[in-house]
Amino acid sequence: MIGSTLRRVTPQLLILGVVLLMNLAVFPGFFTIEFQNGRLFGNLIDVLNRGAPVALLSIGMTLVIATKGIDLSVGAVMAIAGAVAASVVTGGAGWFTALLAALAAGLLCGLWNGILVAIFRVQPIVATLVLMVAGRGIAQLITEGKIMTFLNEGLIHLGAGTVAGVPTPILIWLAMGTLVTLIVRHTALGMLIESIGVNETASRLAGINSRVLLVTVYLVSGFCAALAGVIVAADIKGADANNAGLWMELDAILAVVIGGNSLLGGRFSIVASLLGALIIQSVNSVILLSGMPPEFNLVIKALIIIVILVIQSPTVKHALYLLRASAGSAVPDAKEMGRNAPSAKETRP
Amino acid sequence: MTDQKKPVLRAAGIDKFFAGAIALDQVDLTLFPGEVHALLGENGAGKSTLIKCITGAYHRDGGTIRLGDTEIDPRGPEESQALGIGTVYQEVNLLQNMTVADNLFLGWQPMRAGMVDRRQMNRRAQDILAEYGLHVDPSLLLSSYSIAIQQVVAIARAVELSGKVLILDEPTASLDRDEIDLLFSVVRELTARGMAVVFITHFLDQVFEIADRATVLRNGRVVGTRKLAEVTQGDIVELMLGRHLEAAKRDRSHATPGDTILSLKGYGKRGMIEPFDLELRAGEVVGLAGLLGSGRTETCKVVFGAVTADQGSAELRGKEIRLTSPRGAVEHRFGLCPEDRKIDGIVGDLSVRENIVLSLQARQGWTRPLSRARINELVDEYVRLLDIRLASPDMPIRLLSGGNQQKALLARWLATNPDVLILDEPTRGIDVGAHAEIIELIEGLREQGMALIVASSEMEELVAYSTRVMVLRDRRQVRELTGDEITTDRIVKAISQEETAA
Repeated sequence: MIGSTLRRVTPQLLILGVVLLMNLAVFPGFFTIEFQNGRLFGNLIDVLNRGAPVALLSIGMTLVIATKGIDLSVGAVMAIAGAVAASVVTGGAGWFTALLAALAAGLLCGLWNGILVAIFRVQPIVATLVLMVAGRGIAQLITEGKIMTFLNEGLIHLGAGTVAGVPTPILIWLAMGTLVTLIVRHTALGMLIESIGVNETASRLAGINSRVLLVTVYLVSGFCAALAGVIVAADIKGADANNAGLWMELDAILAVVIGGNSLLGGRFSIVASLLGALIIQSVNSVILLSGMPPEFNLVIKALIIIVILVIQSPTVKHALYLLRASAGSAVPDAKEMGRNAPSAKETRP
Repeated sequence: MTDQKKPVLRAAGIDKFFAGAIALDQVDLTLFPGEVHALLGENGAGKSTLIKCITGAYHRDGGTIRLGDTEIDPRGPEESQALGIGTVYQEVNLLQNMTVADNLFLGWQPMRAGMVDRRQMNRRAQDILAEYGLHVDPSLLLSSYSIAIQQVVAIARAVELSGKVLILDEPTASLDRDEIDLLFSVVRELTARGMAVVFITHFLDQVFEIADRATVLRNGRVVGTRKLAEVTQGDIVELMLGRHLEAAKRDRSHATPGDTILSLKGYGKRGMIEPFDLELRAGEVVGLAGLLGSGRTETCKVVFGAVTADQGSAELRGKEIRLTSPRGAVEHRFGLCPEDRKIDGIVGDLSVRENIVLSLQARQGWTRPLSRARINELVDEYVRLLDIRLASPDMPIRLLSGGNQQKALLARWLATNPDVLILDEPTRGIDVGAHAEIIELIEGLREQGMALIVASSEMEELVAYSTRVMVLRDRRQVRELTGDEITTDRIVKAISQEETAA
């Protein structure tokens, strides 16, 4: 299983490697990691740390997209979760209560999306657009229109603290990514999600409970968004209903796409999406470090995405396949297929 | 007669690879003017792929195509059409919501002062169609005519636009005998004018009726081209299958059926199927006979719970149950192989392996995954048992041929060890070999004590395996035939008697 995962994410690893080398080129000390004051420091750590929100979002988004859906509301859900956490701690409760409240809010948002999509059969893009727009308003209502700051150490620790020297957000997204991957791959959840993403009618007729699965993936997405929202709020010690998670749903979708997951649903890889999130953060980093004006960020991002999508396009894949076949490397399946027929290689010059 | 002429189309050494598989391997096809050339082979042999390579719908990976004296390399069906190669597919791809004339002239409408000249268009359409012996009003919507007439309109359009080679991909699949005669007279007319016609079909009788020569494909390679006047049907079948097909005759041993498994009373759904009674016992095959739209598929769906019945009661082994969803039916050990494999059956991008275990896994729930070893064991077992031909169980099921997809779907249900298995048109669109195997399988399952409901439009087939036949008409059960009553004659009578009475 590890071998097949590695093969699956090879393109993403290569791209990440290239982008990291670009970082090294513009900033020679990029790979240096130091341990100071009980905390790891370094640009690489920054990439992992700053990439946490998009990485978290991409976990849930991967599952949603695998069902042929999309969740546009995650940015707004981040704002809601941040606002809920902030208002709970400022109300005097502890950080853990605040975290639970924020996660509950996220799950509630996911449930709303899931019900619209699975029960009322609203198209996912429309269903989640509702919360994308309304969600920020809800967050503003919770914060009463201002940035709600807080000083609760426990909560701040989730976004700005460290555990054994490692920034907490890194641990959170790694843990979440591992957990979800293990759950979907060590149960049948992953296969069933892929199945309804490829052909929901056929899956239902095969006895799969597609409604429950659809609601589940939106719940996971809401949960991940809430975690990301708490991290972002904790990082700035305040809930900013207007800007927390703004446009981040697009980065999350991008991470999933860079991860080679089809927007048409079906096969998915959470690991690849997480690498996609890191690629996006590394691109941001290279632009920052090079001292280029941040305006370039979007254009360069766009260029990189075009390159990645072209590499992954069926046309290029087929060309690569032919290249390999004509180079003489074995095509094992083809022989089977042709049965006792001589392989193409032997009959052609 | 055709040999002295120069070939109108010569495809040589055509190769086509799909990721990990050779679809066509050095395929040659030569067409002479004025001939009907049948392209034969089992499902998955490469007939459609070859056609798509010739018309440019697929980009071929090797080989040359010469049209007359010039080498051509069409980039798509439009280009090949402009060059002279027209194609008509089984599912007529015309626009149902436009008139007959519109369909004929779409893209090359006669114009006057920048506007479509409707009067001239309709007049010319009438003239063109009259050449095909068709006297219809071209200003009416295409959808107001039968499939056969639509088929002829599609042919007329292809001929008007192309005029050298006409490819007919399973044109007779949904036509009745009169309509086939109409189509064939059109084809004869065209060949008399010197066109070359490629005819793809599963019906060998029709091949011998209309075609001059036949090229047989097997596993992506040409296994032979024959003049049909010189061979028998047996020869062709042997070429297609690579083995002698035993005459599919069986004596129907009437093993006494077992206990009642499913009992439906007054079961129905308003607007879909009138209430009917059905008693299904172990070791029984209940055939559903009837014309298209008579309620066969609807009956299957209602019994499976894909459509919830709004009247009547159901008892499973004497206990009252409610069937409201496929999931519930699967839990009660029901299985349904749907009529439309592609839309309702296979999960195309998932592997054959996953498709086979899907229902069993769905019934177990996602928290209890089947072990890798158990999955492999199941898949190996059914691939062997049903002789599913595949390069690897990990290949996406959509790459399998129709017959093998159907077998994989049967495997999906057999893996759940069902009590009641419902098969809706299990042999539609699959080749002779797989056809016989599936019929044999149905017999085998019945002998093992499974209860089956099989809907089919092929009456010989129903007669072969049914222990009882339910005849449907206008979404109503009109007759039940048992034992020796089950003959094609009786079934036809049961359908038509009702017709006169109605």
